[in-house]
Amino acid sequence: MSAAPKAVQTPAASRARPMGAVSLVSHQARYDLRAFRRNTRARIFTLAVPVVLLLILVSLFRGGTVKAGGVTVKIAAYYVPHIAAMAIVGAGLINLLITVVGKRESGSLKRRRATPVPSWVLIAGDATTSIVSSLLIVAVLVAIGSLGFGLAVTGPALGLAAVETVIGAAVFCCIAYALSGLVATAESAGPMVQLSTLPVYFISGIYIPDNVLPHWLLDIANVLPVRPLAVALQAAFVPATNGGQRFAVVPLLVVVAWGVAGLVIAVRTFSWAPKRSG
Amino acid sequence: MTEPAAPVARPAATAAAGAARAITADVITVRDLRMSYGHYEAVRGIDLDVAHGEVFAFLGPNGAGKTSTVEILEGFRTRTGGEVRVLGEDPATAGPGWRARVGVVLQESAPEAWLTVRECLSMYAGYYPNPLPVGRALELVGLTAKADGRCDRLSGGQLRRLDMALALIGDPELIFLDEPTTGFDPAARHTAWDVIADLRELGKTVFLTTHYMDEAEALADQIMIIAAGKIVAAGTPATIGGRATAATTISFTLPDGVTTGDLPGLPVPATARRGGTVEILHDQPVPVLHTLTTWALQHGYPLTDLTAHRPTLEEIYLGLTEEHT
Repeated sequence: MSAAPKAVQTPAASRARPMGAVSLVSHQARYDLRAFRRNTRARIFTLAVPVVLLLILVSLFRGGTVKAGGVTVKIAAYYVPHIAAMAIVGAGLINLLITVVGKRESGSLKRRRATPVPSWVLIAGDATTSIVSSLLIVAVLVAIGSLGFGLAVTGPALGLAAVETVIGAAVFCCIAYALSGLVATAESAGPMVQLSTLPVYFISGIYIPDNVLPHWLLDIANVLPVRPLAVALQAAFVPATNGGQRFAVVPLLVVVAWGVAGLVIAVRTFSWAPKRSG
Repeated sequence: MTEPAAPVARPAATAAAGAARAITADVITVRDLRMSYGHYEAVRGIDLDVAHGEVFAFLGPNGAGKTSTVEILEGFRTRTGGEVRVLGEDPATAGPGWRARVGVVLQESAPEAWLTVRECLSMYAGYYPNPLPVGRALELVGLTAKADGRCDRLSGGQLRRLDMALALIGDPELIFLDEPTTGFDPAARHTAWDVIADLRELGKTVFLTTHYMDEAEALADQIMIIAAGKIVAAGTPATIGGRATAATTISFTLPDGVTTGDLPGLPVPATARRGGTVEILHDQPVPVLHTLTTWALQHGYPLTDLTAHRPTLEEIYLGLTEEHT
């Protein structure tokens, strides 16, 4: 090269940020949601499984009632919020963990690290995907319960359930990022997370009504994040299960505490590069 | 080799280009770079300078410290010693503004699952302050025909071209290409070379690592060879490792009935090789060829396989890296 440089160098300082924070996140979320929409595995796990499960459970005990929070509720009023909690775990934790570990393994996270995009924008994009898919699946579950199985739905119930869904999805998103540091490969992420969530679902009364579970198991479940979310969602629809309080403060605080813990661990252990390269 | 790891005279550092050079600081400056992993020192004090607008090829066997060096320059690894300046900043602490000026093509490449090529480029374009139009990036790497194909359905070579397009989408000043053509068929490699040559035409600075000597020879303005954590040679493709002053091998097949004794008077004796081929090794090929061809014309010998051969870059490279490992 003996020619003089052709390109005029723009000083870094004069280069403005491309977009504001909000539009950058929505830019990222747009592509993440598009990828989610085309991902058959994600669609089946996050959307189809909860719907099928709800249909099976409410059909099985059709017309029956169950005791929850000391009161008797319709079967749909029990299973809709419980399966909704499970669906939020699926969309927030399971799907995201597999996606993030997969992106890390393929080097796709590292490649994004080589761009000026701040890491929190990528995390916010993922969280948005979890929140949107959670809202979608919870809406479908509530619609099934209400149209087919006599779930009583009111405006305040819907509003609060939506807020709780957003909180729950964000919390499980944080937990997913925390766990991503512990999982080596995308291949092991799926089985590992399924295996660890299944017993939690059982002791949280997701599949079996919790009045048949021993108290000590429920005590454990109450400090894990799944049952408190289910209890809070149930209170949104049937306040009587929470002593007449629609807004279940304590369970929600437990859920949020898990989110904060997840975030702290995620910030400390999250890695961009594939584990194998060390 | 005797050549120390000192800054090298660049081919462009001529009187004519001197004025332009003077106002353009080096894009990359490295002094006494060291990288240790526990007790093992992978990079043992290297110096290098890459000037604006040049293609710099960084060669070395696996495990020589090449990847460690490149990842330090890219800001992916934190060095254990020495000074590093890339576009005027320390890559270990540089922020998003610096990232926007640097394009990186990683060795491992993977599709952005579920998105099309165009969508993937649009997504990355959104990360940069002054991105290239997506169509332009596609055009640069020759991937326009696949724009609406899904990333995870591209062939290996197309995927590498997408990687290249992703590295270019932010319109960077400096581009790191880590073994960009590994696994390519010859046609795809030449296409990739054209892309890299185009980048230089655009005034970009390119830092290239490769295992292919012909790649370095075809593209690089400057070559540096690392072995066992140290720079063992540096120079232009023409001069590296004493190549410019090394002897030329002149070889041809003896005509029927002619022996080495019948050859004209040459400054050095010809060596007979298998199959009737003879080789003459000399650092002044012109007089030798003159004597030889005059003799052949007089006797009507066609000497159809006459060649004058300089040591290839590969021969120089193998010699240098063997010595140091």
